[in-house]
Amino acid sequence: MNIVTNNKWIGQRTIRPDGADKVTGRAAFAADTAMPGMIWGKVKRSPHPHARIKSIDTSKAEALPGVMAVVTARDIVNFPVDKSVMLGIQDMRWMCRNVMAREKVLFPGHPVAAVAATSEAIAARACELIEVDYEVLPWSIEIDDALKPDAPILHEFITFEGKPSNIAGRIEVKKGDVAQGFKDAEVIVERSFTTRPVHQGYIEPHACLISVAPDNKTTIWSSSQGQFMVRAMTAHLTGIPQSDIRAIPAEIGGGFGGKTIVYLEPLATLLAKKSGRPVKMVMTREEVMRATGPTSGSKSTVRIGARKDGTIVAAQGTFYLQAGALPGSPIRGAVGCSFSPYDIPNVLSVGYDVLSNRSKVAAYRAPGAPIGAYAVECVMDELAEALKMDPLELRLKNAAKQGTKAAHGPVFPRIGYVETLEAAKAHPHYTAPLGKLQGRGVASGFWFNAGGESSAQVNVTEDGNVVVTTGHPDIGGSRAAIANICAELLGIDYRRVSVLIGDTATIGFSNLTGGSRVLFASAMVVTQSTEKIITTLRERAARIWEIDPEAVKWDNGAAHPASPNAGEFEPLTLAELAAKAPAMGGPIGAGVQLNTEGAEGGFGTHICDVEVDVELGIVRVLRYTAVQDVGRAIHPGYVEGQMQGGVAQGIGWALNEEYIYNRDGKVDNPGFLDYRMPVCSDLPMLDTVMVEVPNPKHPQGVKGVGEVPLVPVMAAVANAVHNALGQRFYSLPMSPPRVLAALDAKE
Amino acid sequence: MAKLHVSTTINGEPVEFLCEPNDTMLDALRGPVGLTGSKEGCSSGDCGACSITLDDRLVCSCLMLAVEAEGRQVGTIEGMAKGGKLHPLQQTFLELAALQCGICTSGMLVASEALLKKNPEPSEEEVRFWLAGNLCRCTGYDKIVRAVLEAAAEIREQGIRES
Repeated sequence: MNIVTNNKWIGQRTIRPDGADKVTGRAAFAADTAMPGMIWGKVKRSPHPHARIKSIDTSKAEALPGVMAVVTARDIVNFPVDKSVMLGIQDMRWMCRNVMAREKVLFPGHPVAAVAATSEAIAARACELIEVDYEVLPWSIEIDDALKPDAPILHEFITFEGKPSNIAGRIEVKKGDVAQGFKDAEVIVERSFTTRPVHQGYIEPHACLISVAPDNKTTIWSSSQGQFMVRAMTAHLTGIPQSDIRAIPAEIGGGFGGKTIVYLEPLATLLAKKSGRPVKMVMTREEVMRATGPTSGSKSTVRIGARKDGTIVAAQGTFYLQAGALPGSPIRGAVGCSFSPYDIPNVLSVGYDVLSNRSKVAAYRAPGAPIGAYAVECVMDELAEALKMDPLELRLKNAAKQGTKAAHGPVFPRIGYVETLEAAKAHPHYTAPLGKLQGRGVASGFWFNAGGESSAQVNVTEDGNVVVTTGHPDIGGSRAAIANICAELLGIDYRRVSVLIGDTATIGFSNLTGGSRVLFASAMVVTQSTEKIITTLRERAARIWEIDPEAVKWDNGAAHPASPNAGEFEPLTLAELAAKAPAMGGPIGAGVQLNTEGAEGGFGTHICDVEVDVELGIVRVLRYTAVQDVGRAIHPGYVEGQMQGGVAQGIGWALNEEYIYNRDGKVDNPGFLDYRMPVCSDLPMLDTVMVEVPNPKHPQGVKGVGEVPLVPVMAAVANAVHNALGQRFYSLPMSPPRVLAALDAKE
Repeated sequence: MAKLHVSTTINGEPVEFLCEPNDTMLDALRGPVGLTGSKEGCSSGDCGACSITLDDRLVCSCLMLAVEAEGRQVGTIEGMAKGGKLHPLQQTFLELAALQCGICTSGMLVASEALLKKNPEPSEEEVRFWLAGNLCRCTGYDKIVRAVLEAAAEIREQGIRES
């Protein structure tokens, strides 16, 4: 490990490299660019939740003046349903059917065709002129409806237990003997829960601008969580080889997992190829809400058994998660993460991937884990109550620590979960007095975190400054943290380090921004690249001084003799060595590409205070403290920012956000007015406590921090509401109509 | 139908542009005028990412017709930094990490500046209610509110120094 004490830049709240661009309106997001000769693309979408496409007639649209190209599923590479083709965690069989309906439309908003025209208005008019002959089919939206014996089957080729089914998959995590475990339990709590689908809610709608030259050389300008993902998926779906596609990452206006797959890029590429003109496509907010994301709605049952002294002996969870219309809900996160904060000898956790006629889910911040934690952490609260134990004490008694074998498999190395519990317990928030109709809840959460492929190139400029290029889109300040690390290692001011995100032609493959991997992985490749540069700098100083390179040390931005024995020389600075570079072997720079490993899981413990307005049914969050083991906070401002942002999203999930469907199987609230995310006046200040237990497998001790903070929130809020009212809610959101209904039912 | 001609003032400079009768001011800014700092998050006035000022009044440019700019004074994010120097709000947003992805930032800054012109010493609650029309999905608003309060104090102090 390379953890330097007395750091100058690591741990400092430096100004981000892209900061001035972002506060002056200069930063170029996906929809902010234009190309000469550019035309506009629009998508024709299904009005039905479920229908067979009998025919599509595009002739009237094609005849409309100004229309330059029309594409349908016929233009997209087909991936037959009987053969899985995986790209990361995505199956191209489902991707190709999600970007454009093939045999059937599967949800309202499902694309059936796309048009490019000289104006947006003409493209929209042309979409109206496309005639689709549908055979409307019965549909289901909710889990219970999709699992009924006579439920309409979305895909005949998907079977479960030998029959066509809307259950597209099942996974299981098992440890010990759960039946025996429950026999040994003296207190058992079992409860069932539901949550509603919620959208990632990024403020920037999906957008792209794509040009295809006659030789197929393709330039994609789009905002996504991975320019390499965009390149690969577009290549798969259009048949253009990856080497002909240059995907340039625009600044991304929020993703939270929702921009880890493509929607528009393959369509715009095909339209650009057909029309010979650059094509720009921008979704409306309504399209975003109807046809992208969200994360799953769920139904779960959790049972936990303990001895009277609070030792948990068995735990069982069953989680049904909505996939939307194509397989792939995040059951792994729900099944694998829910019980991981605890050292439990007997665990059985089972998840089912359930299809229904809603838009295909996309990743959302610790996919699946918040759903599982909501159920488990609410049951933990009831168990503590039944045992007459403090809820943090119950967690401390059973906390996973170094050496604990997690239910999902790994043996934990040094982890900081216990520290988060102790910090929460010691925090003044935990013992602050509460008023009438006010309550306090706590909850914990775990997320796997990811490493994976990462590439970096670090170059010293001729004037002795530094340019770092990495390959993961910066979604929340990662460039600032990378600048801190590179400046720290080189011993120079952080303002001398520029950090850029390269496109697919200028930097090596890097896995997408997801799994909280970005700083963990980038820091590794940037550290190794910078260390190579320091080795070169020491070698060059040694040649100038005519001493052994081992006798040269790099310190505070300059080469120095390592000890008085090495001789007496004036230090050679980075700028001086850069100026001498042409005569000493050429440019100074290094690149490293790795498949990074050692991204250890992260833990958080949250405390939430609420007040319930029993007249209006409004739950107000009065105070919130998030404690998290962050490994090492390279840039504390953006680590706190991740924690606060996750908490705010969780409060929205707990209290207000949900898709509301009408009787026709369509989303009735596809906009920000009725899909109510937290606004500034809904929230208090969000306090954060960063516990730093360095990751032993990382040069700076970095752990992923972005996803953990969403995991505990809904349970913390729900437990606080129970504490305020003496009444439990087993369904989210705890929105005013539901709270009022529950209060009325109690009376 | 022929396009309409509009003469207006944007960030203190005279500007002329052509637009359709049903174009919004946001369409005009991002299209013919070429100022893409104002963002389109919803086009229904719910997210505030397109916030501009019209004769010093804070408006959502997606809810305003482009032709309504005729003869008026329009202020956008591009006019906030003067002479290559960041406004104290912009500087404080950077120092306090009050942005993550940055898509809401233009609107947040324009709205915050409009608040401080009306109310140079807002309470936390006043900041929160004023900014309730500007959605941010990244930050949880904590650092934004702190930055506005700190910038307000900084601006008041500057005023005292300059007077």
